[in-house]
Order: sequence, then C-alpha cells, then structure tokens
Amino acid sequence: MELEEISRRVRYNTLYMITKAGSGHPGGSLSAVDIMVTLYFKVMRYKVEDPFWEDRDRFVLSKGHACPALYAIFYELGIIKREELDTLRKPGSRLQGHPDIKRLPWAEFSSGSLGQGLSFGVGVALSGKMDRKDYYTFVMLGDGESQEGQVWEAAMSARKFKLDHLIGITDRNRLQIDGGTESIMPIDPIADKWRAFGWNVIEIDGHNFSEITGAIEKAKENSESPTMIIAHTIKGKGVSFMENVVDFHGKAPTVQEWEKAKVELGGDYNE
Amino acid sequence: MSKLAMRDVYGEVLVELGKIYPNLVVVDADVSKSTKTIGFAKTFPDRFFDVGIAEANLMGISAGIASTGKIVFTSTFSVFASGRAYDQVRQSIAYPGRNVKIVSTHCGLTAGEDGAMHQSFEDMALMRSIPNMKVIAPCDGVEVKSVLKNIAEIPGPFYVRLARPATPVIFEESYEFKLGRGTVIKEGKEGIIIACGLMTAIALEASDLLSKEGINIGVVSMSSIKPVDTELIKNLSEQYKFIFSCEDHSIIGGLGGAIAEVLPPTNAKLVRLGMEDEFGDTGKFEELLRFYRLDAESIAEKIKSAVKK
Repeated sequence: MELEEISRRVRYNTLYMITKAGSGHPGGSLSAVDIMVTLYFKVMRYKVEDPFWEDRDRFVLSKGHACPALYAIFYELGIIKREELDTLRKPGSRLQGHPDIKRLPWAEFSSGSLGQGLSFGVGVALSGKMDRKDYYTFVMLGDGESQEGQVWEAAMSARKFKLDHLIGITDRNRLQIDGGTESIMPIDPIADKWRAFGWNVIEIDGHNFSEITGAIEKAKENSESPTMIIAHTIKGKGVSFMENVVDFHGKAPTVQEWEKAKVELGGDYNE
Repeated sequence: MSKLAMRDVYGEVLVELGKIYPNLVVVDADVSKSTKTIGFAKTFPDRFFDVGIAEANLMGISAGIASTGKIVFTSTFSVFASGRAYDQVRQSIAYPGRNVKIVSTHCGLTAGEDGAMHQSFEDMALMRSIPNMKVIAPCDGVEVKSVLKNIAEIPGPFYVRLARPATPVIFEESYEFKLGRGTVIKEGKEGIIIACGLMTAIALEASDLLSKEGINIGVVSMSSIKPVDTELIKNLSEQYKFIFSCEDHSIIGGLGGAIAEVLPPTNAKLVRLGMEDEFGDTGKFEELLRFYRLDAESIAEKIKSAVKK
C-alpha cells in the first residue's frame, strides 16, 4: 500500500477514535501522521510480534497527546483490534489518554508530561552506543513542547555523547493550546537553536513523503552528532475545517463534524 | 562504636557491583565527588555518565538506559533527586516501572551548613507516594552494603537516601537487609522507638540515656520505609503503650506518616519525632540536631515527658 493511502486510513481512524471518545487532541495528531507513517511503514526496523526485540529501531512519541495517531498505526500493524478503537480514553483500555507502555509496550515510552521524551531517547541511544548496536532512536517532539527546559538539557547531552543514532523530529505546526507558538512563547529561530546546541539540522515539509524519507537518509549519513529534523506541518492536516485551527488542539469533533471529515478522508472506511 | 559514612560505602559497593553486573551503569549530575560515584567512574569509565547540572535529564537518561535492559544507579543529592526531578521520577521512571535505583546522598539535616535549600525533609513523603516506587533509609554503613546488593537483584525503581557524615555502625557484618522488614535491635518496657536512617543510632543513644534513669525504651530499625513492616508495627502496637517514630525528615509523610497509616486503633500512642512542618537552617549537622532537638539528649527528654504523663 502507498504511504498516502496508509496516512489516509490512519487519519480516518485517529479522528474516528477521538470522536468516539469525545475528547482528545486531533490537531497535533493529524499534523504528525505523515511522519509517523513514513517511520513505521518505510524507515524503521522492528518486529510486530516482539516489541522487546533488542535490535529494534525505537520511536519515542514525546508529544504523547498525539497518541491516537500512534494507536491508529498500531491498528494497521495488527497490534490493536478493530473493537479496541472504540475504547480510546475509556477505563481499563490499552488505549489510554496518553500512552502506557505497561499495557502497550510497542509505544516505547509513557509520555504525557511534555519535555521528557528526548532525555529518554538520549538514554536509549547512549545504551545502544555503549553496546555497539546499530539501531536508531527517533524522538518526535511538538514545537510547543520545545518550550520545556528539559528538552535543552537533553539537547546538550546528546551532543556531548555524540549520539549520531539519535534522530529528533520537531512537528513544527506552529500552534499550541493557547495560540500560535510565536505569540505564546517564541521558539524561533528553532533551527538555529538546535544548530547552536551542536545538532545536525534538516528542514523539510512534514507532509511530503519523499522529503521525510530523504531527511532520515541524510541524518543516517551524519556521524558524531545527533540530527534534528524540523518538519513544517499543518495542524489538523487532512481535514479542511481543522487545518490551522487552534481550537482543534484539544477538542474532539462533534458527530456532525466527524461526518464532514469522513467524506474528506475518503468516506466510510472501516465501519 | 566505629563509624562509617554511608556514601563512602556506597562508592565502594558500586565498584563491587560493577564487577558482578557487566550491565550496571551509573549516572550522576555533577556531584560524583560528593555522592562518591566517582570510584565507579574511575574503575568503569565506559559505564559512567555525568550529565552535568541537569537533574530532569538525569532521570530521563537513566530511564532510557534502563529500558534497554541495564541496571541503572542514579545519584545526586536527596533534595534534587526527589524534588527537582519529581515529575521525571514519576513519569519516566516509576510509571513504566524502569529499573532505576535512585541513590541520593546528603539527606535531611546532613546537608548541614548548606542550609534549608539543600536539606530534604520531604523526599521520603514525595517518593513514598509514587506507585511502583520503593523507599529505603538505611541506618548505617553495613546496612547500606546489604541494601545495595539487594536492590541490584530486584527489578524496578528504588529510592535510597543516604547521610553525608560518618555515622555509628550498628549492625554486624553478617546483617542482611530484607525489603519490608524492620529489625528489633533492643526490646523495651515503657515504649519503643521506630527509627530510620542515621536517627537509629541517635535513638539507641537516647535509649541508653533513658535506661540510666530507669526508663526502658526499645529501638527498632525501620529502614524499609516502603514497603513498611506492617506486621511488626501491628505487633509492637499490641506490646507497647508508646511508639515513637524517629527520623531526620518531616513528621508529615515520612516514617512517622507511614507508621500512622498502618497503626491499628489500639492502646499504643504514636509520638512522631522529626522535623516539624518547617524548613531547615544552616549549621553543622550536630549543631542542627541540637537546634531542632533531635539529638539524643533532647529525644530522651521528649520520650521521658511523654511516658511520665
């Protein structure tokens, strides 16, 4: 299946789950979908049947609120069953409001308190380097998330330890709950910041599959320093009335909105 | 009584453990000379990481390393390990149950002259309330050794708090720490002190002072703060009229709090001795013990007035 087609299905199920749950974070899930789909269906090495395989590439979703997109990918991979899609954010579900690796070890990291994923990724990459493993650690951060100080502690340490198998991806959708990132707490010039911390920086269109793949290939050629891919994205990507609308950061679509979104995403898939 | 600094023992045992476990890694945040992880750093430079003055990152990196199947010992001062990095300990380490052993030093009043900003009286309360987290406050250098060997074998997160200065050795070399078990060091008559950390030695001293006045007060070492020895506490509450908890920590949420939570409604009266609901002060450790009336003489006086009422 083409990556575009997988992304469409993932977007569909992401919104399906959030609508069914009545709460969740559609905007930042949809902006991250194309990157995550590329990682899981083109780039990463892993075994679905063995989430603890020690040579696997790791994907750390530091912006844990985008987990519906991760769950939708896990559904495509057969990790999650059809009926589980109806349990997002319900008591006892494996699909917690933010990922819980004890119930869903494929998620790699129990994120949700922003700013912590990159430090975890540094630890994973550091251990891999110690053991001369060749796995890659991918960490996806939100752009608003980079307002957390811990991100920069991690940034410094990744450079110190020369973690060239650590690849960060910033989902640069320019919006956070209270408004635009540049009005709430400016993070620009974000690429310069990462460069100043000694990272290799690549800027791409985060919805262009060949650019995403190309950036990761380039990052892998790099040695001694970690890479940060600044992926310019559109919050709410794929649903016209959600795109660039800050209110869809943390608000579920109504049933009427879902009906509209469904049509835009290719209709009645999976129901 | 011979003396040993718990942190010195920690430094030495880490090197021993490093030889036993090739997958043991140590991470520190720019205080390796004080926490004594420096010994490990020199012996196993490839398995030691200094992350600088960045405690949040310290906990996150530790969690990441642990996720790959390694045993991680992580050290900084108690006040920073528990407070500065609370959220990282909670989210990155405890929630997923990572195999990270947080061994903190300079606990409570032993941060001494550095004053209130460095003195942790809330650390056990904070760590104890996190699910999956186990909390230990060893009472002497011998116990530190046993605790470390023990927790290296038990998967999952631990918080261990160690004192800075040399403190009296209480246990014989053959002593073995058991998680969730207290040790009755000395039986009493009018009451019994349940102590943890370096306060156990001071409790023993207080007990000696009281016995000279004909008051027999027993002493229990309760180094396992979580899980606490519920059965022993229950038995003691049936046996004694007075139970005195004794800790260099706030009387809220630490050992005293833990005892209060499991004490059955019996005749035993619990008197919590420790830091009241307040921040510390600056001074030498021994001076501060007297300042806060936690030295042996003051404790003996407090116990005497309680049992004589």
